Amino acid sequence: MNKITYREALNQAMAEEMTRDDRVFLMGEEVAEYNGAYKVSQGLLDKFGPKRVIDTPITELGFAGLGVGASMTGLRPVVEFMTWNFAILALDQIVNAAAKMKYMSGGQYSCPMVFRGAGGSAARVGAQHSQSLENWIANVPGLKVVMPSNPADAKGLLKASIRDNDTVIFIENEINYGDVGPVPEGEYIIPLGKADIKRVGTDVTIVAHSRMTGFALEAAKILAEQGIEAEVVDPRTIRPLDEDTIVASVVKTNCAVVVEEGWRFAGIGAEISARIMERAFDDLDAPVIRVTGKDVPMPYAANLELMALPSVADIVEAARVACGRA
Amino acid sequence: MANRLAARFKGRHDSQQYFLVGVAMSAEQKSGITHEGDFYSEEALHEMHDSMLFIRRFEEKAGQLYGLKKIGGFCHLCNGQEAVCVGLNSAADAKDYMMTSYRDHGHILARGTDPTAVMAELLGRAGGVVKGKGGSMHMFDIEKNFAGGNGIVGEQVPIGLGFGFSSWYKEDGRVTICIMGDGGINQGAVYESFNMAALWKLPIVFLVENNQYAMGTSLDRASAETQLYKRGISFKIPGIKIDGMDVLEFDKRMREAIEHARSGKGPMLVEANTYRYRGHSMSDPATYRTRAEVDEWRSGRDPIARLQNQMIAAGLSTEEAFKQKDKDIKKEVAAIAKAAEAQPEPGASELWTDIYSDPIEGAYPETGKVY
Repeated sequence: MNKITYREALNQAMAEEMTRDDRVFLMGEEVAEYNGAYKVSQGLLDKFGPKRVIDTPITELGFAGLGVGASMTGLRPVVEFMTWNFAILALDQIVNAAAKMKYMSGGQYSCPMVFRGAGGSAARVGAQHSQSLENWIANVPGLKVVMPSNPADAKGLLKASIRDNDTVIFIENEINYGDVGPVPEGEYIIPLGKADIKRVGTDVTIVAHSRMTGFALEAAKILAEQGIEAEVVDPRTIRPLDEDTIVASVVKTNCAVVVEEGWRFAGIGAEISARIMERAFDDLDAPVIRVTGKDVPMPYAANLELMALPSVADIVEAARVACGRA
Repeated sequence: MANRLAARFKGRHDSQQYFLVGVAMSAEQKSGITHEGDFYSEEALHEMHDSMLFIRRFEEKAGQLYGLKKIGGFCHLCNGQEAVCVGLNSAADAKDYMMTSYRDHGHILARGTDPTAVMAELLGRAGGVVKGKGGSMHMFDIEKNFAGGNGIVGEQVPIGLGFGFSSWYKEDGRVTICIMGDGGINQGAVYESFNMAALWKLPIVFLVENNQYAMGTSLDRASAETQLYKRGISFKIPGIKIDGMDVLEFDKRMREAIEHARSGKGPMLVEANTYRYRGHSMSDPATYRTRAEVDEWRSGRDPIARLQNQMIAAGLSTEEAFKQKDKDIKKEVAAIAKAAEAQPEPGASELWTDIYSDPIEGAYPETGKVY
C-alpha cells in the first residue's frame, strides 16, 4: 500500500471523483491559484481548469448558498471552508437551506453536496480559529457529518461523501493534514455510517473521532503496558452514528470512555454516552466517562492551550477509572 | 376546472401563440393594445387579467380560510402585487429558474402550478404541492422550475446565485430570476451574491419587489439608499426601476432584463415598485401606515383595475363582462378551496420521508422509534 499524507489522500479523492463525474466542482477561498490554504487542492486547477476549481471571494454565506443552489440543479459541488470556524457565517445556508430543502420541498429538491474543511483545534491560533463544532451540525436532521481520523479513511470517506445524494459535512483536522498512513490504491470507498475498530481490546471501550482517535490509540498503548487492553472505536461518521458497533464493543468490555476535542456541554460524548446507556445499560459495570475539551474559549499561550485540550494522560486515567483499575 | 390557470399558463409557455409581442405580427393579430410599440393580442390581455384576478381572489380565499383557522402558521398574502407575478411569468421562459421569499403564493400560481395543490398546501393536505410539509412559506414545483418558497429573509438569493452558476457551468441558456423584497435586499448575503454574480457574469435577474414595507418598517426607515435599483452599482450591476402596478410595462421591461442576462452580459437588478394591500402576514393589522396611503394605491394604481380600464377603452371588454368574469373566478376559487379541503391530511409515514435520499437502515435514532 502507498503511504501518503492525509492531505494527499483528500486531494486524490477529489481528483478521482472530478475525473469520474464532470458534475463535481470544487469551490472555496484560495482553492485554485493558491493551491489551497492547506494545500489540499494542490494541482487541481492545473488538472481541471478554472471552471471546475474556482477561487471565491471571502464570502462564506454567499458561496455556501451558491453550492446549495447548484446542487439543487443536479451539480455536485464540493465547497471548501478554509476552516469550519468560518463556516459559522454560512450556517443559514447549511442549516436552513441544505438540511431542510428535501423535506420542505416534499422530496422535489435535494442538495447532494459536500461542505468540507478543517475543524477542531489548530496550533496556537487562539479562540476563534480553534474549535470543534460538529455537535452543532450533527444535531440537524438532513445533514450527514463525517470526520476521518487517518489518510485511508480520509480518502475513502471523501469519495463516498462526494457520491452521496445528501448534504455531507466533511470535517477534516488541520493538525492531521501532514499525517502519513497507508492508503489502498485504486478505487477505494468507505460507506458512510460505518464505525471502525481501530484497535481490538477486551477491557475498556474508548470511542474517539477525528484527531482524538490518534490520542486514544496512544492511550491504548500505555494502557496495554499496564495490562489493560482497550478497544478503540472510531465512529468516522458522526451522523448517521454507527450505534451498533459502539454498543457491541461496550457489551464486550462492559465499560466505556468517550473522547472528543469539543466542549462537554451537549457534545458528541453526551450523545454517545446516552445511546450506550439506552442500549447497553445492563452491560455497563460503571458509568460512561467523558473526556472532552475544557469548557473555555481556546487560549493562545502554549501551556494553557495544552490544558484546554484532552490529553493522552486524561484518556489513560479515564479508562482506568472506567474499568475499575484506577 | 381546478387546473384552468395552470393550463392557461402552460399553453402560453409551450408556444408563443397566445402571447404576441413585437413586430412579427400580422395585421389581424394587432387587434389588441399597443404598449410602447409592443402589441398584445386580445387573448393575451385576457389571460393576464384573469391570472391577476385569480391570484387576488385566491389570496382573499386564503385570508378567509386563515381567519377560520383552517390555514395555520404564517401566511403572507400578495394582494396588490399581482402584476409583478403575472408580468414576470409572461416575460420569463418555462425553462428559466425562479425562487422567492415566503410571499410565494402569487408567484407559484403565476408559474402555472395547479392551484388546488397550492391551496391544499396552505391547508396542510396530502395533495399539497409539497405534500403538506411546507405550508404557505415553502411552495416548490420542480417541474415548473420554481425553487421556493424560502422562509429566511434573503436566503433565496445565494441559492439563486447557485442556480445561475449552474446555468453558466452547464451553458444551458436558462436565466434565474431571483426574487426578494425591499426587506430582503438589506441582508448581507444579497451583496455577497451580487458580487459573485457580477464577477462571473452569471445569467441572473435579481428582482426586488419593493412593496414599501419590510414587515412594519417603511423603506425610508430601513434603507439609506431608497432607490433600490441602484443597490447593485458598486458591483457594476445595471439596475432598472419598473412600475410594478402596470402588468404590460412590467412584462416589457422584465423581458429586456431577462434578455440582458440571457445574452451573457451578466446579472441585472430590477426594482418593481409595488404595494401590498394586506398586512405583512395575517396577524399584522398594519397600523404603521395610513388608511389614505393604502387607498391611494388601491384606488389609484390597482393593477387589475388599470388593465380593465385599458381593455375597456380599447373596446376589448366591458365592465359587465369583467363583473361576470370576477363572479366566475370567485366560484372557481371556492371550488378549488372545497376540493383542497376535502383532501386527507398527509399520512403519518410522511413524517419520516424526504429527510435523506439514502437512509441507512437502523443507523438513525430517527427511524421512528420512540426509544
